[in-house]
Amino acid sequence: MYGFIFRRLLSALPVVFIIAVIAFLLVHLAPGDPAVAIAGDGASDDQIAAIRRSLGLDQPLPVQFVTWLTSLVQGDFGTSMISRIPVSQLILQRTEPTVVLALYAMTITLLVAVPVGVLAAWKSGEWVDRLVLAMSVIGFSMPVFVIGYLLIGAFGTNLRWFAVQGYKSPGDGLIPFLYTMTLPAITLSTTYIALIARMTRASMIEILGEDFIRTARAKGLQERQVLFGHALRNAAVPIITVIGSGFAMMISGVVITESVFNIPGIGRLVVDAVLGRDYPLIQALIVLTGVLYVAINLLIDIAYAITDPRIRYS
Amino acid sequence: MPTNFSRRWLTGASAIAMGVSVALAGLMPASAQADTTTLTAVMNGNLRSLDPTVSTAQIVRTHGFMVYDTLLGMDEHYQPQPQMAEYDVSEDGLVYTFTLRDGLLWHDGTPVTADDCVASLERWGRYDSTGGMMMGVVDSIEAISDTQFVLTLSEPFGHVLQLIAKPSPIPPFMMPRHLAETPDGEQIPEQIGSGPFRFVAEEFRPGDRVVYVRNDDYLPRDEPSSWTAGGKVVHVDRVVWQSMPDLQTAINALGSGDIDFIEQLPHDLAQVTAALPNVEVGIVRPVGMQITGRMNHTLAPFDDVEVRQAALLALDPEEMIQASIGNPDYYSVCASIYGCGTPLASDAGSEWLFGDGRRDRARELLAASSYDGTPLILLQQTELPAFSPQPLLAAQRLREVGFNVEVQSVDWQTQLNRQNSRVPVSEGGWNMIFSAWGITGIWDPLISTVINASGTGRAWAGWPVDEELEALRREFASTTDPDAQQSIARAVQERVLEQVIYLPMGEYDIVSAWRDSVQNMPAGPLTLFWSVSMSD
Repeated sequence: MYGFIFRRLLSALPVVFIIAVIAFLLVHLAPGDPAVAIAGDGASDDQIAAIRRSLGLDQPLPVQFVTWLTSLVQGDFGTSMISRIPVSQLILQRTEPTVVLALYAMTITLLVAVPVGVLAAWKSGEWVDRLVLAMSVIGFSMPVFVIGYLLIGAFGTNLRWFAVQGYKSPGDGLIPFLYTMTLPAITLSTTYIALIARMTRASMIEILGEDFIRTARAKGLQERQVLFGHALRNAAVPIITVIGSGFAMMISGVVITESVFNIPGIGRLVVDAVLGRDYPLIQALIVLTGVLYVAINLLIDIAYAITDPRIRYS
Repeated sequence: MPTNFSRRWLTGASAIAMGVSVALAGLMPASAQADTTTLTAVMNGNLRSLDPTVSTAQIVRTHGFMVYDTLLGMDEHYQPQPQMAEYDVSEDGLVYTFTLRDGLLWHDGTPVTADDCVASLERWGRYDSTGGMMMGVVDSIEAISDTQFVLTLSEPFGHVLQLIAKPSPIPPFMMPRHLAETPDGEQIPEQIGSGPFRFVAEEFRPGDRVVYVRNDDYLPRDEPSSWTAGGKVVHVDRVVWQSMPDLQTAINALGSGDIDFIEQLPHDLAQVTAALPNVEVGIVRPVGMQITGRMNHTLAPFDDVEVRQAALLALDPEEMIQASIGNPDYYSVCASIYGCGTPLASDAGSEWLFGDGRRDRARELLAASSYDGTPLILLQQTELPAFSPQPLLAAQRLREVGFNVEVQSVDWQTQLNRQNSRVPVSEGGWNMIFSAWGITGIWDPLISTVINASGTGRAWAGWPVDEELEALRREFASTTDPDAQQSIARAVQERVLEQVIYLPMGEYDIVSAWRDSVQNMPAGPLTLFWSVSMSD
């Protein structure tokens, strides 16, 4: 198992390096300039040129790349060109809200999607199945901001059951946390509930047709044991893949939910960094997102290896 | 049920109830700041950079007036008034002596000295174009004591006091010498001013929130507050600028009482917001913004004045401002390049903007000009709604008089980057852009960078060159007589419109909204947070 993990880690290094190169080139070759963002729209050429010099943007691109990469290898993401605050500090400030929101949303997703998917597979072809499929299509198709505003309108401004915006960490108390974060978590989870419920249903239908399920039923096992003890375990590999990549997508695609509910997370930091052309911050965020995907894929591989021994011996 | 069992049961139940109560109390938020008065505001734009001398952005200037103070303030009659310092002017108008008032302290507790102010003025002169112009005629600035310094001119300059008092970009904010000596182009490393609020660095989260606390060591002047002059008396303990990228979310938050103030509402949401309970909508900044069209004077066809005139005559300012603002209560149209209703406003040159038969004249002028039908590149930024419709409307009107026009839609930062580039159209250059300038930034010929026609790096994008206009601006700068200034300002305006240095396309108000618990929000050239009080 350790050899398997080591091989996977080794193969991730060139991926991270390629991501770093692409991040740097994308950011520097795209139109825009942090000096202009700092100077403001009324600035003259001379003002902008002075700021460019002070930021080192007048240096040749290869020199800037080597400087950045050297710092990156040493674990230093640099300093924000706009706010002059260390990039690592800016990212740390914003990590908690996004991770907490994603975990809460993933918890809701798993609590709803897996049982619903199993139910739909069990009752395949019946009205429950069709209802689940219809709701999945709606949940997957409806834009996140529409769901967010509908929930705010219904449960925030009208019924006043939940807050309309803001962030409370679990450390602020469970009740304030639930009051503030439930609507964004439901909003964020809707798409993933639809996705994972469908995936669970499809995977379960395939497994429920296998011989060993018939044998299990013939042995007189209760239907609950058949579904969750035998079928779901064997249907787990594709579901784990979707859950893993879904979590990475949640972290990297949370920006709309964060904007609608005014949650100061990574998503909004990305948008601000891009709008301000804050090169070191954008580069760090792209690299870290890449690393997140690599790490989650590694965890998925490990989960495969645990659930299916054939994978780790192949 | 046996009695002893009942007792045990009751005791156990009480213990559990107490435990649950304690646990729940632990889960509820602490009200540690119950006695603190906090005003939470959603400002227009995110405060990202913090140096108010480096940046021309309005949000950075507003931040500047929170943390820093100025030697002089500008009152609501556009007159400079003593703020940090009293002043004395020699009879020949060449020597200005500034005396700092007693008790001024920086936020780190050290006293404000004349030496700090000299360094601050010198730094300002290196960044601000009008400051640079003034410094060009300054013979010396010298501290003669801890509380006095003398500014000596080499020749008459009629606007020393106005420039030192100006709230326009970039105001001369005072800061300690060690900050004022930050190398050019670099931002100051920390926020130490002497203004009515202190910046809380530990709570600064760019793109999320900015926190200010009342500066208890600040000594306000005795005079009543008037714009940036007079007594800056602070009645709230904390001011929090909360970023909200989505204005609908901000309006929801205002309605629910999560925030107290929104600096700039979208005009089309003003009525909806006003209908919310306990919410008021109004204008706290009596000077608004002017929609500004700009041609690239360095590239054909707008290097030809006849083509520029044809383009100006093709456009109707009222129609252009209506395209984005809609509600006539919130916009005005006038010929003034200094803003409607400002002291130098006039109707000089208005025939270029208003009147019948302008489009026919545009067609004639274009036909007789050097224009060869090459497509014009109009940049349309799509982020800021106040001036995103104008390029589309302008393109249509220009096509109607014979221009060939291509509109390129870009994000705001891309427009800023491209508009500051002088490359040809084939390499990503541009022919026309639209923007918006605060009236504070254009209210006289000296301050207005838009009409700088030097063609140099001190001019705004588009880089017009017109020696006659520059001569008029220099004459305005050196004139001390108000009547003469008024007449030169008229001549400047006529020249600007005749040469089509830029396109003034109407003026709109900044509409704000606040909870009714927010009282005495002061009027000002920017949003100001002194004088404000909060009721329960």
